[in-house]
Amino acid sequence: MSPRPGFILEVDKSTPPTLFWHGEGFRLERLPTGSRVIYPPEAQPPLKDPLTAIYSALENPVGDSSPLSSLLFPDMRLTIAFDDLSLPLPSMQSPDVRQLVIEQVLDLAASKGVDDVVLVAALALHRRMTETELRHILGDRVYDSFAKMGRLTQHDAEDPSNLIHLGLTDKGEDVEINKRAATSDLLIYVNVNLVSMDGGHKSVATGLASYKSLRHHHNVKTMVHSKSFMDRDNSQLHSSNWRMGRLIKDAGVKIFQIETTLNTNTFPDSFSFLQKREWEWNIRDRAAFVASSTALQKSPPWLSRKVLHSIRSPYQLTGVTAGEVEAVHDVTIKNVYKQQLVEVHGQTDILTMGLPYIGPYNVNSIMNPVLVYCLGLGYFFNMYRGVPLVRKGGVLILSHPTRREFDPTFHPSYIDFFDNVLADTTNPLEIESKYENAFATDPWYIHLYRTGHAYHGVHPFYMWYWGAHALDHLGAVIILGGDPKTVHRLGFMSATTMSDALEMAQNVVGPDPTLTHLHSPPLLMADVKA
Amino acid sequence: MDYKPEKLKKLLSSSMPGFPFKAPNWPSTVSRTPKQSKLGADYNTDWSRRYPVRMVRALFVDGVTRPLIKTLIPPTVHGEDRINDAPVPAIFAANHSSHLDTPLLASHIPIKYRHKTVIGAGADYFFDRTWKAALWSGLAGAIPIERSRVNRRSAELAESLLNDGWSLIIFPEGGRTPDGFAQTFKPAIFQLAKKANVPVIPVYIKGTYDALGKNSRTFRPGPTSINFGFPLYLGESENVRAFTQRIQKAVDQLCYELETDWWTARTAAAKESIPELVGPEIKGWRDEWNRTRSKAIKPAGASRWPKGE
Repeated sequence: MSPRPGFILEVDKSTPPTLFWHGEGFRLERLPTGSRVIYPPEAQPPLKDPLTAIYSALENPVGDSSPLSSLLFPDMRLTIAFDDLSLPLPSMQSPDVRQLVIEQVLDLAASKGVDDVVLVAALALHRRMTETELRHILGDRVYDSFAKMGRLTQHDAEDPSNLIHLGLTDKGEDVEINKRAATSDLLIYVNVNLVSMDGGHKSVATGLASYKSLRHHHNVKTMVHSKSFMDRDNSQLHSSNWRMGRLIKDAGVKIFQIETTLNTNTFPDSFSFLQKREWEWNIRDRAAFVASSTALQKSPPWLSRKVLHSIRSPYQLTGVTAGEVEAVHDVTIKNVYKQQLVEVHGQTDILTMGLPYIGPYNVNSIMNPVLVYCLGLGYFFNMYRGVPLVRKGGVLILSHPTRREFDPTFHPSYIDFFDNVLADTTNPLEIESKYENAFATDPWYIHLYRTGHAYHGVHPFYMWYWGAHALDHLGAVIILGGDPKTVHRLGFMSATTMSDALEMAQNVVGPDPTLTHLHSPPLLMADVKA
Repeated sequence: MDYKPEKLKKLLSSSMPGFPFKAPNWPSTVSRTPKQSKLGADYNTDWSRRYPVRMVRALFVDGVTRPLIKTLIPPTVHGEDRINDAPVPAIFAANHSSHLDTPLLASHIPIKYRHKTVIGAGADYFFDRTWKAALWSGLAGAIPIERSRVNRRSAELAESLLNDGWSLIIFPEGGRTPDGFAQTFKPAIFQLAKKANVPVIPVYIKGTYDALGKNSRTFRPGPTSINFGFPLYLGESENVRAFTQRIQKAVDQLCYELETDWWTARTAAAKESIPELVGPEIKGWRDEWNRTRSKAIKPAGASRWPKGE
């Protein structure tokens, strides 16, 4: 049976309460009659034989590219870059799709007698991964073969000795990327395309770039004009990355891009209720919901987090394409849209969404308030094509506990950002002009980024910019169930109950508002026709 | 006391917690796609043939069913010598008078068949509820057989099990006799014997109708008999009608043998003068009248549970 497409439910009196993620827990909320709930499409069927599909993709590349085996020769410098653990979310069950791809690439390289092979984790300004995390992504065989010999590296955007400036784009943007990657005879990039924002030229131009290069598109102006950054054709973030990617190509860097897409089998069977429509929950689903939500609610947050972060997703490969970057990405995007797109007619006055315990930047860590902001206003708000789901001046209601909790190892600069910067202003432009440089060039943050497992000092700023388009568009943001003090620091309102939140929202959008709920998991992208 | 179930129901529902503690309502704005049936002929009985379940069933059949049957309706088994050399698997085709036929036969067929045998049971009757389906397939090793229409799934399941070495107990009449007379055998057995290339062992069961007939409200313990016949192989040119009739005649002969003796039955068979088990054909309203006897209006105060004569 083919998977069911996305679905828009019109809430009536008989509709059961709707599931909301609420950080490390869930909420069941009864939405007003007439509200819309957008349900994601069901998971696409996986490729029957992933290994053969990967081999076939390597040997039958798309675009202007030769088969991988013909690009490999004995004395070459080969660099294999790969996406870090911010993808997919949650981390997938072993074997990770990157391991499957990289093992086949290395098999080919070994058969062609290539000795000089280096693996680079494309971190950009993300934190360095731990050995356990690298082993999970690459598998023990790859890790043990390369890590000991120093041939498994993590991109360092602050290492001047391993960065190379390739020039300026026609818009004056610096293109500075990993030197080893840029000076190799072949750079193979292995990607996981979880959402439509990922992949394409963004893989190399962002993943292997320096701060000097990244600041040209990770800034308030670009973000406000990326409508949305999940829609490549209307995203200035992507336009900038595409300009940089083409410059990288013109500079002679030969890239063989391998992009993979996954279906939306996000949670294992024990949490299957998360992926079902509420009225289709059977007794097992209801029992699992009651048991898990009660246990998570009664547990201290650190324990709930530990349990939830130990979940491995049963994602399955739905597509793998290799070859020239742009041609590959066109195929990938079609696959992503096929899995995630839901057609929606008309905007709404109030948009509601539940935020989960995990986002791209807190894998195995705490979802701090700045990341809550980024996940809601940056990621989920931007899961649209066309026009935003919520009208200009509308209200966004997010469900999340939003505690003032930080991980000092992974997110040290976030703490200062929250305590000092947000105490002064929440205006992205003001934050950018007044504070960014100091955080970006702070030697202590740079030291922690380069030698520890800390995100770069500028990272919380980028998180704030990711929400700039939503901040510009929305009339108000309400965090349902959020810690009032923390929420106010973010510049938002907090509400204890959904009815309180709706009453507060009506003060902004007027009486009898329309309401739409973005139901997740799994992820969906709204194709909104105004 | 004035008992109003609606009142009680309302009171209970108001004090009961809602979703997720109770089943969700189906939103009226969502069209309901017909649920794919997992009961009846579609019920999946694979689990009941896994080793742990088989072991529990074997213990149950030998440790509970067999002693209970021996106590309540002690059977005398005849003709076991006729099937000593019969191959495994085989199809056991028996007359059907009572629900007791199944446990009686399942617990008294020779040991070489007993723990690797499935029982063809009416999909509409034994597999119409999840608990019933689980009970019958788990404890009796039943598989669903569609009685009212031809069902490919039923036939394919039985065939694949025969091919896997499972024997099959089947009641070719398609249901219990309503009046003590046998009903004409249905021809489905022919296809099974042909496709799986296995013999059919005719069986006559005596005494279970008196103990607990179809319309009986009282269980009357008493002696029973089982008579196994020689295995019947499908002839090369034999058609469905001829083979089905041969099986039915073999059962008739087994019955006559119990009523008289082996020699009398043999000589009667040679003269083709064995009385048929199938009763005289009743035309018109009496046929239906007999069939619907169970729907007759009960005398006032009749309890469902038999209180004895």
